[in-house]
Amino acid sequence: MVTDLFDVAILGAGPAGAAAAIEASRCRLNAILIDEQASAGGQVYRCAPGIDAAHADPDREEGNALREALSDADIERKFGYRVWHVEKAEAGFRLHALGPEGPVTITTKALVVATGALERYVPFLGWEQPGVMGLASATVLLKAQQMLPGRNVVVAGAGPLLYAVAKGIVEGGGQVAAVVDAQPRRAWWRHARELASRPDLVKRGYSWMRVLRSAGVTVLHRYALHSVVAYGRELRAIIAPIAADGSPQSGLTRYHVNCDAVCCGYGLMPDTYVTRLLGAAHVYDASLGGWHVVVDEDQRCDVPGLYAAGDVAGVVGAAAAPNQGRVAVLSIARDLRRLNDREFAWHAAADKRVRARAARFGKVMTQIARIGDGAIATLPPDVTMCVCERVQKATLETAIGDGCATINDLKRATRCGMGPCGGRLCEDAVARLVALKTSRSRAAIGQSTARPPLRPVGLDAIAGTFDYDALPMPVPAPL
Amino acid sequence: MSGYPPPFDLAVIGAGIMGATAALRAAAGGMRVLVLERDVAGSGASGVNAGTLSLQIKRVGLIPYALIGHEWWRRAGDAVGFKCTGGYTLAFNEREQALLEERMARKREAGAPITLVTPSAVRAREPALSDRIVAASYCAEDGHADSTTTGRYLRSLLKSANVELREYRQVRSIESGGYGFRMTTPMGPIAARQLLIASGAWTSSVAAMLGVSLPVEVRVNTVTVTEPGPQRLLAGIGHATGLLTLKQKSNGSYLIGGGWQGIGGPDSGNGMIVGETLLQNLRLARFAVPAIADVRVLRSWTGFEAFVADYWPLAGALPGVPGAFVLACVRGGYTIGPCIGPLVADLILGREPALPLFDPGRVIAAENSTNALAPAAG
Repeated sequence: MVTDLFDVAILGAGPAGAAAAIEASRCRLNAILIDEQASAGGQVYRCAPGIDAAHADPDREEGNALREALSDADIERKFGYRVWHVEKAEAGFRLHALGPEGPVTITTKALVVATGALERYVPFLGWEQPGVMGLASATVLLKAQQMLPGRNVVVAGAGPLLYAVAKGIVEGGGQVAAVVDAQPRRAWWRHARELASRPDLVKRGYSWMRVLRSAGVTVLHRYALHSVVAYGRELRAIIAPIAADGSPQSGLTRYHVNCDAVCCGYGLMPDTYVTRLLGAAHVYDASLGGWHVVVDEDQRCDVPGLYAAGDVAGVVGAAAAPNQGRVAVLSIARDLRRLNDREFAWHAAADKRVRARAARFGKVMTQIARIGDGAIATLPPDVTMCVCERVQKATLETAIGDGCATINDLKRATRCGMGPCGGRLCEDAVARLVALKTSRSRAAIGQSTARPPLRPVGLDAIAGTFDYDALPMPVPAPL
Repeated sequence: MSGYPPPFDLAVIGAGIMGATAALRAAAGGMRVLVLERDVAGSGASGVNAGTLSLQIKRVGLIPYALIGHEWWRRAGDAVGFKCTGGYTLAFNEREQALLEERMARKREAGAPITLVTPSAVRAREPALSDRIVAASYCAEDGHADSTTTGRYLRSLLKSANVELREYRQVRSIESGGYGFRMTTPMGPIAARQLLIASGAWTSSVAAMLGVSLPVEVRVNTVTVTEPGPQRLLAGIGHATGLLTLKQKSNGSYLIGGGWQGIGGPDSGNGMIVGETLLQNLRLARFAVPAIADVRVLRSWTGFEAFVADYWPLAGALPGVPGAFVLACVRGGYTIGPCIGPLVADLILGREPALPLFDPGRVIAAENSTNALAPAAG
């Protein structure tokens, strides 16, 4: 099925995409909103439809408000659709998706990429075994399934998600064996001024800490997971103190903590798969989560008709996302000549102001979620870096020693990043390793080339039904 | 013109299969050779093609070259993931059958050990194939290698032959004169007495630096890999039209090609997949091998294939520039490269090549004889 030409397609119905859709309706643009999930909200406002919430959750309430506002919007909705390819077309863009009724092709003049962020993983010994998952995955379990990652969980990493997950486990009736924070306690105080700009969020953070304290949860600062090993039917996490650069410190106490699940993550990275596929410009900025698509003041990418909003343009969090989404759509309305420059400036002014303030706060969260390169440099040679293709650090180091200097080069040499995850799990850590080994900046290592499908799709599902004799066969090669 | 280091005997521009195998022969012939590469060895077509080593999809006139190339890959063996699996080419209707029978007969005459086989015999050997085969051919010599290993393998060959390889050295300009050639690269100037342009899709832009306009065009071929599935397919599978190559690798994943076209090109720096075209490629694969229906597609990518209007190689002296040579536009270059690269090196060494070469002068002399046929890739 091929749709009519839309004015704007919005890819991703998180806080940026949903706000963009509502604004598109207000601007009377012919808009379509597409998301893999069954409803809007993205990862941050994920909801469990039909399941009664056991606890008050401001994220869920904000999500519900968003879903409510969206329900009035006059737009086309495609929930439960997986977009597997996005390409430039004559009039703009063509999106190939798989939906409940089969393959769908969506054409649009303008595209807003609001694909959000991915979790950053830093490998450690044993991270590939069952029972170990990311903080974001744990959030999905807690929010959408109202399930615990385990009964007795070690929660490790850095950044706000660490505490959100720990608090979610405690409230869900589970036990948190330990919270392992790579950042020192004072990291939060260092940014007191930016934090003060969002007292509501600071207050929420305090309430999480209260929940953890009253449950008697141990919080270790400046510690990181050294390894996770199978221990009978359970897991044992070995937790080591770390130096400022993230490397484990010897001679200090290590903790051995028995548990049945480990959640670990180091913040978020922009999910730039779509914008890379379309050849837009990207830059590396560690304070914004790494590689992000470049947008101008009006959320425009350097590809005509392409706009980005939310974390894909730099991880600054859900607070700034709706403003970015609205500015992107106003910008489209102007570029499609539905608004003139003055109208655009007038409508976008407030959002641009809030966007800047919210972004400052989000940037602090992104910085607090990091761990230094020492965590990668000191990994033992037998740690698995690429989980899909089971490539160990030693294999990568040999290939780097043989002259592999980019992610693409390393992929060819070792198959690293060539599995189903498309490098989403390992690429950041691998690029950091290449940078360390070749004494170059992380930016100089580049990104891997994005290739369709955006996520693995069933061959039969996208091929659909067809008549062999109707396949358009080009003329055969000359003999 | 001070500042140029002492010249090499031969500079090869392009560290793909063509350039590297030519460099190896020239070095064996006593030349001091330098290979310059804009990216890394084997990063172009040599490293991103579907790895098909099939005599059944080679042009009749190139079969003798392909037979020699095949031997080279066989000798490379495990280092390049070489597998001699045998290969079937399938026809699903009478038109395709006629095409198959005519083409395979001609290739057999040219020396390729291709036989026609009955549909039931094919299905007995490969139960995963479609039950709608009306005719098929078989070649026991057919197989594949893992093209992702090309760069690493070429690099090791060049190293052990003491051929200097400089990667990330995109040639920005070339001057020619009585002294030979002087090139500028991002990392300093380079001088060489003779020059071989083996730059694949970038051949015409390199030739243009010498003031020669080569009418080289570029196809953007699509290749797709699936996630691993149970082992079901032993042989390589092709289609009478040449529009399908399909094989199951030893890790269980399927590799699907056939020269379906993406967009973009070397100038934009990137090829892009066209969704609808990719789907036709996958449908053809799905029809030929119904068993692949339940696997997931992991990744589709593109590779550039240079060609000229008559689809014959450019292999010989670059017209009007003494000391400059070109080797490009070889259909089935992955298979044939290791044969034709050394032949061009023989020419550069002043020896008589064992097989005829393909004078690049013809495309400049006869730029008007265009051929509208769209070929399928190997």
